[in-house]
Amino acid sequence: MSIITDVIQSTKAIIQGMGVTLSYIPKRKWTVQYPEEPVTVQPRYRGQHLLHVDENGKEKCVACFLCAAACPSECIYIIAKDDPRSPAERTGVDERFAEVYNIDYGRCIFCGYCVEACPKDAITHGYNFELSVYNRADLLKTKTDLLITTQLQSKNYRVAFSDEDVDSEYKEV
Amino acid sequence: MSTNINLPPQLEVIDRPLDTQMTISMGPQHPSTHGVLRVELVLDGEMVVKATPDIGYLHTGMEKLFEYKKYQQGIVITDRMDYLNPLGNNLAYVMAAEKLLAIEIPERAQTIRVLFCELQRIASHLVWLGTHALDIGAMTVFFYCFREREKILNLIEAASGGRLTPSYFRIGGLMMDLPAGFESRVKQFLDGFPSALKDFQKLLTGNRIFQKRTQNVGRISGPDAIDWGLSGPCLRGSGVQLDIRRANPYTGYEKYDFEIPIEHDGDVWARYLVRLSEMKESQKIVTQALSRLRPGPVKADAPKVVLPDREAMKQHMDALIHHFLIVAEGFDVPAGEVYHPIEASKGELGVYIRSTGGPKPSRVHFRGPSFVNLSALPDLAQGAMIADIVAIIGSLDIVLGEIDR
Repeated sequence: MSIITDVIQSTKAIIQGMGVTLSYIPKRKWTVQYPEEPVTVQPRYRGQHLLHVDENGKEKCVACFLCAAACPSECIYIIAKDDPRSPAERTGVDERFAEVYNIDYGRCIFCGYCVEACPKDAITHGYNFELSVYNRADLLKTKTDLLITTQLQSKNYRVAFSDEDVDSEYKEV
Repeated sequence: MSTNINLPPQLEVIDRPLDTQMTISMGPQHPSTHGVLRVELVLDGEMVVKATPDIGYLHTGMEKLFEYKKYQQGIVITDRMDYLNPLGNNLAYVMAAEKLLAIEIPERAQTIRVLFCELQRIASHLVWLGTHALDIGAMTVFFYCFREREKILNLIEAASGGRLTPSYFRIGGLMMDLPAGFESRVKQFLDGFPSALKDFQKLLTGNRIFQKRTQNVGRISGPDAIDWGLSGPCLRGSGVQLDIRRANPYTGYEKYDFEIPIEHDGDVWARYLVRLSEMKESQKIVTQALSRLRPGPVKADAPKVVLPDREAMKQHMDALIHHFLIVAEGFDVPAGEVYHPIEASKGELGVYIRSTGGPKPSRVHFRGPSFVNLSALPDLAQGAMIADIVAIIGSLDIVLGEIDR
């Protein structure tokens, strides 16, 4: 094939390709302008963990160590404690509770095994995904960082409704 | 510069003194080697005399790690090997373990596995297509491919909660059933996908520049491809019709109606065409899998292996005991060894597990398709121009996470 046909055909290819590109301009955009706009996450998204409390505000965790046993990356550290007081006097915790509950997010792989293991539904995956820190030691999150009552939530996400379709992430121009 | 370089037979015509040759290192930071691959190139002018891949920059000791984890914990490691095809890796591993345990998987779980594996195959091929075109110089395709992949990742996220590392398949079934309204979302994706494929074809297949960069580059004949142990699209691009989904069906692939696309040229262009047709076939399989979805259990009836239903676990003592035992101590897998191959997006992915009883495997080995396919690079690159090396590496579709493990 001669050089002239090559040049003509290559030019044709570029024009055809530009045609495809231009045809996308009036179409709906897929790009999400994060962080100016929130990212939509699915209901089952596995983000930063949440330690839950029951309807009386009492921590659900009974420190059974099942999450620590299930964890493939061994990032959960628990110290269990017994509260000898009578149920009427106790506030905030159960008879047996986790005095220390640490998750090392430098090791956590967000696999969801701890959530699956928990027999009390005390730990679930939240939706927070902005976990970057300036100091590596800050990746170790303590009970205060994890409790649903005290965890700081980012404003940069939105959870999709469970029956919402994929195209909900499209936004109109 | 070394002085004892053996010229390949086809290059004997270039009978130049050795001091015109130069050894350069391509990678491990080169963006077109798809990860941390270093290729040691011996060049004569612009012609490649010898190419030696140098791997190991991403070695993480994953295979050894399996020996310290319970069987169910191993699933999350497989996600991180071929990170473009995590569900395929999940499937190979859990099916090997299920073979040892002799568990029967319910129909619905098998259909969902096929559905996700094919979606993941499309996603993996999309990343390949985008990056391959980007290497060669076509940037637009990259964005369109990643847009389509994003939709698949959203589907995977909706079902499993993870995007890149779903760990959705478990030994004995699935993590949990599909969310409500999932089928219609997959249908929605399938409706939009053919037009996206048409765009890719418009941008690349008819593009003279792309054709010139890929045709007659990195040729390998069918017998040679078999000798090198190539598998997957690389083998089928050389005219060998071998697909494990057809040759040795698993998870009920024998019930699906699909073609195995082959091309006979054995060059980069042929491998491109095979993968493009494969995406269409995968789409066909996903459509069939959707129509086969029937309500039913997604976990096998094996209380000592599979975690009990959450509601049952909270109400029944025996379920709670099983739950505690499986999570805390794992389950005993009978002694023996097993090899299970599947057709991953890159080729034959085989898992070998040796068990001596107990909750942890005694040895796990992976036959990674990327690793074996990369071994053919010296043969493919001999006599090629240096600019074609990125096209050849791209056409092999390697993932370094799987090569180094």
